[in-house]
Amino acid sequence: MNTDKQLLTKTNIVVVGNGMVGHHFVEEMAKNPNYQITVLSAESRLAYDRVHLSEYFGGKTADDLAMTTPEHYEELGVNFKTNAKVILIDKIVQYVTTENGETYHYDKLILATGSYPFVPPIPGKDQDHCLVYRTIDDLEDIANSAKVSKVGVVIGGGLLGLEAANAIKQLGLQTHVVEFAPQLMGVQIDGGGGRLLREKIEDLGVKVHTSKATNVIEKGDTSRYKLCFNDGSELETDLILFSAGIRPYDNLAREFELTLGERGGIVVNNQCQTSDENIYAIGECALWNNFIFGLVAPGYAMAKVVAKHIDGITGENGDIAEFTGADMSTKLKLMGVEVGSIGDAHGKTAGSLTYTYENQPEGVYKKIVVSADKKALLGAVLIGDTSEYDTLLQYMLNAIELPESPEGLILPMAADKPTLGVDALPESATICSCHNVTKGDIIASIDAGATTVGDVKSCTKAGSGCGGCAALVKSVADNEFEKRGVEVKKDICEHFAYSRREIFDIVSVEKIKTFDELLEKHGKGLGCEICKPVAGSVLASVWNDYILKKPHLSLQDTNDTYLGNMQKDGTYSVVPRIAGGEITPDKLIVLGEVANKYNLYTKITGGARVDLFGARVEQLPPIWKELVDAGFETGHAYGKSLRTVKSCVGSTWCRYGVQDSMSMAIDLENRYKGLRAPHKIKFGVSGCTRECAEAQGKDIGIIATDNGWNLYVAGNGGMKPRHADLFATDLDDETLVKYVDRILMFYVQTGDRLQRTSVWMDNLEGGLAYLQDVVMKDSLGITDVLETQMASIVGSYQCEWKTTIEDPEALKRFKPFVNSDKGDSNIQFVTEREQIRPARGQEKIEVTLIDTIENDTETADALAEEA
Amino acid sequence: MTTTTNKAWRTICNASDLVKDSGISALIADATGEDEQIAIFHIPNSEEKIYAVGNYDPIGQANVLYRGLVGCIDDEPVVSSPLYKQHYSLKTGRCLQEEQTISVYDIRIENEQVQLFY
Repeated sequence: MNTDKQLLTKTNIVVVGNGMVGHHFVEEMAKNPNYQITVLSAESRLAYDRVHLSEYFGGKTADDLAMTTPEHYEELGVNFKTNAKVILIDKIVQYVTTENGETYHYDKLILATGSYPFVPPIPGKDQDHCLVYRTIDDLEDIANSAKVSKVGVVIGGGLLGLEAANAIKQLGLQTHVVEFAPQLMGVQIDGGGGRLLREKIEDLGVKVHTSKATNVIEKGDTSRYKLCFNDGSELETDLILFSAGIRPYDNLAREFELTLGERGGIVVNNQCQTSDENIYAIGECALWNNFIFGLVAPGYAMAKVVAKHIDGITGENGDIAEFTGADMSTKLKLMGVEVGSIGDAHGKTAGSLTYTYENQPEGVYKKIVVSADKKALLGAVLIGDTSEYDTLLQYMLNAIELPESPEGLILPMAADKPTLGVDALPESATICSCHNVTKGDIIASIDAGATTVGDVKSCTKAGSGCGGCAALVKSVADNEFEKRGVEVKKDICEHFAYSRREIFDIVSVEKIKTFDELLEKHGKGLGCEICKPVAGSVLASVWNDYILKKPHLSLQDTNDTYLGNMQKDGTYSVVPRIAGGEITPDKLIVLGEVANKYNLYTKITGGARVDLFGARVEQLPPIWKELVDAGFETGHAYGKSLRTVKSCVGSTWCRYGVQDSMSMAIDLENRYKGLRAPHKIKFGVSGCTRECAEAQGKDIGIIATDNGWNLYVAGNGGMKPRHADLFATDLDDETLVKYVDRILMFYVQTGDRLQRTSVWMDNLEGGLAYLQDVVMKDSLGITDVLETQMASIVGSYQCEWKTTIEDPEALKRFKPFVNSDKGDSNIQFVTEREQIRPARGQEKIEVTLIDTIENDTETADALAEEA
Repeated sequence: MTTTTNKAWRTICNASDLVKDSGISALIADATGEDEQIAIFHIPNSEEKIYAVGNYDPIGQANVLYRGLVGCIDDEPVVSSPLYKQHYSLKTGRCLQEEQTISVYDIRIENEQVQLFY
């Protein structure tokens, strides 16, 4: 009976406000079909990502920042209204009314109205070009104002203020930050950290003024306005941005008599219920334990609690979820400066002790706050280097006992730096905070069958947000594998007890030049189809010999031996290189003529070139001779090597293009053609941010900007799509090539067998940041070697087909039979859509072998004689 | 009507036509006079040094085995099909992964000549 009733009448939930937290609640609640959700938003847009708001100036659009779409809400079965400001709550009859006069009944009402920027009551604050930084509309106002301004001032030097300063600096304004307190980010960091942060930010060209209170905003002498400070000094500016804290949007609650805090905020209990049990408040409008949480993570936690609580009291399981406060620790990058704050950063706890390390030349400041008995970590401040953040946070959150000399945790080069044993972490320890993955979740994924760190990451999403926890995820997983006796084995096959990377090192260090030598010294047996191509690829990468040279010949997969891709019937495809997809009409005609002459099936590939199918082994040399004579080169479509560089026409033709992407694509394709790698490599080069070349789905992606090129790495389409990571921005041509050289060579050296860059990146300890350090900061001291190796490979390039058709010995391989000139009678074609295709079983006819020496078709044999 | 010939050692090619640690293919007429494709592998470091099997891959259904990579699995000399990578024993013709067998021929090098018994 109860069930029937639930099916017939859904519980009505009305959500007021559609910010990040309100949206999160909708997503949580909509999973359950027993509730009808209505969202009323005063803004014109549905929820968007306010945390990454500053990226709006870095090229992101409102759509990029959007967290949902009307279609998505429709799919979830959620009713929604934008521009629907709620002006009345009737707590007795349980309905709300909007400005437009529409009325909505609720069983449960959720207030997620958020907060608004506090603007201090300074005379002159209401003029034009005096703005705040909160919504996309605000950003549009700022951008418009910046167009007619030269100098900008942010009032407020907190976390948001510095983000706002970064935004107006990006818009090209001379930027100042004015702070009332004696230091920046006073809430999160201590005086020492604040001093260093200020130095670093001033180095970036932002002027910081602390201990300044603004008395009045007056008409300026050289700029639009001037700020007059209480100490008599003045600052000229054209634009003023207020970022002096937030205030909860609690006016509805105030007007309709819900209990508020003394200084505002809707008072809630541990279930986030307000003084009316059917009305909840979550996010920045809610006051819990006399505290307003200005971060998004606690807001999400509240949203989850409410969703569970509503289901608990109206559903059947009856459990009561609780919000018990949230950790306010943060790690972020402000204008490129790493800043981390954990727990009691100021050492306010009675009896607490601190350890401080400061390295002024390097711009690094680290402090930890510990309990009086030095056993527990209470807080920390990290500026300039946040590499210890994760470890320190785990110590604090899980109350893990500190090592004997806690200072070792932040001292650089401490001989035996205490590392946090992952065994010490409780199962509830959060490992990845972006996706809220605990140690227990990781163990569960291994229980469910994950056998590699890569599996764990794809099951749990751990490490796929900011990536900061990648190393921790790996050690938790490895530790678990070890406990289960799963040997984390990297041997490539039964003949070599080494990984591809180790084989690479052995070959380079011992200067091994052949597979036989490698097998004799480090392997056993005869080798197999796994270790032979690995050795072939490594030998090619290190020495770059012609791959069909005698000692290497037997190492190559058939595709590499016959320099073509074998198809299901044993014939091959022919793919000449068409760098960047640019081809002259004459060359295009040659392709057509060759395809006609040899009756090849012809198709345009996804990589912007032409694939000719159905070539028999013995036809490959004459086909390629004609192509090479016409100026074509091999396209390496068969190799674990550079395939294509996809490009748009760029600024040469396109009215939107900002750089010559076509020339860049051709240059890159010609530079890296022939490079042997763990797997195939694809590039994309786009001439503007519209990204027509889909570069962010490629191993190496390059997108033109007004100032140069943005470089992306480790993207992938295909089987398991991965969005590329932004590696570096606004590079000039020379630096771009230098970085790509280093990245590719590092991949060639360290990648596993058949590991695309995307998986390589996911498994790279330290992830993107590590790769950036290796490539841009030379943290391993190997960039010179990487560049030299690449230069030698680029310098010794040869077209394998050109070399092959000039070598009679090599051509012998293309004879179908050692003792006959006949062809393979099993290869038969039928016609479909005016072209050939392989005959299927029942379509094949019994034939005796035919002589393939026909009128004008040169055979491998004839060609060999000629050569 | 089919013609049947007696089996004997017949020369296929010169030893210099072999490719070390790799395969070549040959065309013979079988006992019934039908054409038969053979894959011949030369592995100097193995026990028998030279092997001959049918060239047809029954799983991939194409005449491609001579283009596969050779090696050993648990000391058994094998060729790996270039199409779907199954291993066939060069001694017995047995497929190590699926229920399939390919034919095996006696082969030898005599006076720098490669000879097949068929």
